[in-house]
This record gives sequence, structure tokens and C-alpha cells, in this order.
Amino acid sequence: MADEPLVLGIETSCDETGVGIVRGTTLLADAIASSVDEHARFGGVVPEVASRAHLEAMVPTIDRALKEAGVSARDLDGIAVTAGPGLAGALLVGVSAAKAYAYALGKPLYGVNHLASHICVDQLEHGALPEPTMALLVSGGHSSLLLSSDITSDVRPMGATIDDAAGEAFDKIARVLNLGFPGGPVIDRYAKEGDPRAIAFPRGLTGPRDAAYDFSFSGLKTAVARWIEARRAAGEDVPVRDVAASFQEAVVDVLTRKAVRACRDEGVDHLMIGGGVAANSRLRVLAQERCEAAGIRLRVPRPKLCTDNGAMVAALGAEMVARNRVPSSWDLSADSSLPVTDPHVPGHDHVHEVGKENLYS
Amino acid sequence: MLLLALDTATPAVTVALHDGGDVIASSSQVDARRHGELLLPAVDRVLAEAGLRLDAVTGIVVGVGPGPYTGLRVGLMTADTFGLALGVPVHGVCTLDGLAYAADIEEGPFVVATDARRKEVYWATYADSRTRLTDPAVDRPADIAERVAGLPAVGAGALLYPDTFPSAHEPEHASAAALAALAAERLAAGEELPAPRPMYLRRPDAQVPKNYKVVTPK
Ligand SMILES: [Zn+2]
Repeated sequence: MADEPLVLGIETSCDETGVGIVRGTTLLADAIASSVDEHARFGGVVPEVASRAHLEAMVPTIDRALKEAGVSARDLDGIAVTAGPGLAGALLVGVSAAKAYAYALGKPLYGVNHLASHICVDQLEHGALPEPTMALLVSGGHSSLLLSSDITSDVRPMGATIDDAAGEAFDKIARVLNLGFPGGPVIDRYAKEGDPRAIAFPRGLTGPRDAAYDFSFSGLKTAVARWIEARRAAGEDVPVRDVAASFQEAVVDVLTRKAVRACRDEGVDHLMIGGGVAANSRLRVLAQERCEAAGIRLRVPRPKLCTDNGAMVAALGAEMVARNRVPSSWDLSADSSLPVTDPHVPGHDHVHEVGKENLYS
Repeated sequence: MLLLALDTATPAVTVALHDGGDVIASSSQVDARRHGELLLPAVDRVLAEAGLRLDAVTGIVVGVGPGPYTGLRVGLMTADTFGLALGVPVHGVCTLDGLAYAADIEEGPFVVATDARRKEVYWATYADSRTRLTDPAVDRPADIAERVAGLPAVGAGALLYPDTFPSAHEPEHASAAALAALAAERLAAGEELPAPRPMYLRRPDAQVPKNYKVVTPK
């Protein structure tokens, strides 16, 4: 609908420069420039390399998104940007760009939370988020279980990983198995031909006294690596497919079990799964089975919307506009540890009103 | 001509408006850790002081460093994005050149040195306030002592290391007013100013923080 807010979103919390444009809950553009190849030889994302790449990529990526969406910058109703959490220097590049763009165009600015954006992006796929929504966010950077009754104002952390992120575990096991990078897709592929019950790997934090909704993947990672090393030391072949399937099963078993339990305990009948690991085929199947059995509706966006992107930021920004949330001030700063409980960073005074003197009419 | 100049390559967050003849408004705040927060409000203030709107600006001038990266990028990203949104050219000027211009020294040679942290300085030598003699470089003060011996010096990098720069004096930090005046002079003389490219002078530290996204070679 033409009267829904048209919002441009900027994401630079890690190594993807993302610029997305949405109209309400409709995706119009999702432009991405990634510096992932530049980090490969270092074995992880180097913050300074990521920040330099964001600066280079920003203007061309904004241009690309506008062309893709076929809209003019003048018609935007707001600019949204990831204010945190993420890499401080990387975030600051996006925040600087968003502030300058919003100011120059005379549009309101919304500094929003990266995690809330991962949840809100599902509106672009399945329409308005049910309220409340339970969300399982799993990627190389985060593993959390969040409950939101209103994505613009109320996000409650139910649980999170106490050590490694789920995606990290996939990457590390793939490395031990010499399957290359990234680990998620390749483990998924090998696991399809393996037996998930071949090896009983441990399920972290599932004891009766353990935190019901927290995750731990470090013990599993060590157990899998030891099992492989023992085989190798004995001069035996490592059954890669069975190891991949059994490891993957241990991860997705815990993730889905805890997510469904949280839904049941809180009386929530919807579960959304986001983040890069949401692309895992076994996670999708098992989550579907368990949700069906528990009478819960499962919502998982397409993989490109699950990984970091600008569209998810725009989606949350559009919701901020639609719900008349207070825009951010011109002194908005990047906050590398922005709490998940802050879906956005509202302005503290009337800076925007003062600012309007200098804006386009 | 109406130029908006900004520089965030030194501890100063500095903004100025220049109409081709004079600086008509300016703001400078020194706070090395809050460039991201301070810059946009400073732009807003300077425009309000001049009674102008951003869309009256005909060009953006930005200090391209050298300077500590995180702060430096705030100015560059802001300038680039203003340029995109307004459809006006963005001109890059070396931050040390702006400082040399602000020093207003008729006869050199002299040195401009800013603080590069890690016990190093960003520096260059000048024949006069408008003429740079050497490419900007980053070095330990002791390693360049011989080359700068006997020369007057300006900038925080010189003031910090009196052993190397015994005759160091003000100005200490970059000034957008000087940057704007220098750019206006060069543009009026028909010179082309380069597109804004960050002057980092050092390769990125290849340190991967703990608990962050893992990326291994393909
Ligand atoms: Zn993310």
C-alpha cells in the first residue's frame, strides 16, 4: 500500500554492508556488499578491515538499493540504521552515513537494534509479526531465544549461549573434518547422507538443573573433536557423514527443544527462527515437526533474509515509523553492546525539531 | 560558492562554512572519543548560526587525514553521504595541509605533526603554509629527529614530543575554517581537488577478536 512507510535501512555491524528498502512489510530492495573474502586469510572478521570496506562500499550500495527499489530518496519516510550491538568501528561507519543521509534529506532517523531487526525481517516474508512472538536467533555471531510482545518496544531475553554461537560450532567442526568454510552448508550436505543416531554426542545444558533456555556448544564441539581424533589416532577412517549428521542433530535437537519449551512455558503459539543457521535444512525440518506436535506455528524467512542485511533494518525502521516511535537524535552514537532489550535508541530531546530549520521543506 | 568543510582526523571535531570569500560560521570541539556523536550536531549548529540550510551548500570539503581511523571515517562517511544526498562534489584535502594553512607561516621550512598514537606521529614538511614538500608519513619521533632538526613545528604531534620538536607551537588540532579557506583558494585558482580517499598510512591490524564471527580460508 502506498501509504505504508517507505524506509531505507543500513546495516554495518559486522562484515556485510547492507542497504535495504521496504514499504511497510513489503521488500523493495536488499543490496549487499560483503568483505568476507578479505577476512578469510585471517581466520575471522578483522574489525579494521571490515570498517575500511564499509566506508568504500556505502555510497555505491545505497545507490544500488535505490535503483533496485525504483524509488527516489526524496520519497523516503525515514532512515534506519543498526546502532548496535556489533563491532564498534564498523557500526560507526553505518551510523555516520545514516545520520548524514537523514539530515541531508530532512528525514527522521531511527537507530535500531540488530537483534530486533533479525526478528522483524520476518514481516517481509510472512506479514505482520504475531504478538507475542518467540524468536530463536542462531548465527555465527549470536544464539538467543527472545520473546517480543511489540518489536518496537518490548524484547525480552529468555536465554542465550553461554559460550560459542551455534554457527561457530558448525564452522569449527567443519574445520576439524577438513570440509572447508563456511561450515554450515557443507555439514548440512554431508549430514543428509549420514545417520544422525550413529554417535551419541552430548546435548549441552539439558540437565534438570540447567538453565532451561540457555545454550552451550563448547562441550559438544570438544566431544566431537575428541571422537574424531581418537578415530584418527587408532588409524581408522572417520565416517564423515555420520559425524556430520550426529553433530548437527545434537545442535538442532537442543535448539528446537528449548525453543518449543519456551513457547509452551510462555503460552506463545508462534516461533520465528532467524540468523544464518536458520538456513540449516535439518533445523527447519525438526523445528517444523516439533512445532506441529506442540501446536505452534513456525515462521522462518528465506536464507538471504536470515543472514545480516539492510532489509531487516529497514523492516524494523518501517515499524518504528508506523507506530510513531520517537526518532533518534542527531547525536546518535554506535553502541557495540546495545542491550537486546532496547529495540531502538529514541532521541532524548527535541534535536529533530531544531534540525528541521535546515532541512528541505 | 558555499563550502561546508569538516575534519575529524585529529582530536578536534571541526566544521566550517565558507562563502568563497570568508568563513561565515564555524565550530570546533576537542573530544577524541566522541567524533561520531558530535559531528552532525556541529553541522546543524554551524548552519543555524549562518541562517542557511544544508541544500544551499555547493560543495563539501573534508580532511582525509592522516589520522586515527575510527574518527577519520566519521568525517569521510558524513562528507560522502552529504555529497550523495545533495548531488554536490566532495573535495578531499590532506588534514596536515589544513593545519599548515592554519599555522600561517610565510617562510619555512616547517613541520606539521599530529598524534598517530602508539608513540608515533603523522607528519610532513612545508615550504610555506600553502606548499607541502614531503608526502605525509607515520613515524616514531626519534626516527625522524635528524630530518626535522632545527625546524619549527606545529600540531599536537609536535607538542607531544619536545625532544624531537623543541620549538613546537600552536595550532594544535585541525581547523575546518582553515581547511575551507585553503580549499576555496585552490578552487578559485581553478585547481581540481581530489576525491576524498582516506589516508590511513598503516595497514590494518590483523587481530580477530575473541568470540566473533569465524572466517577460514576457502
Ligand atoms: Zn546478525
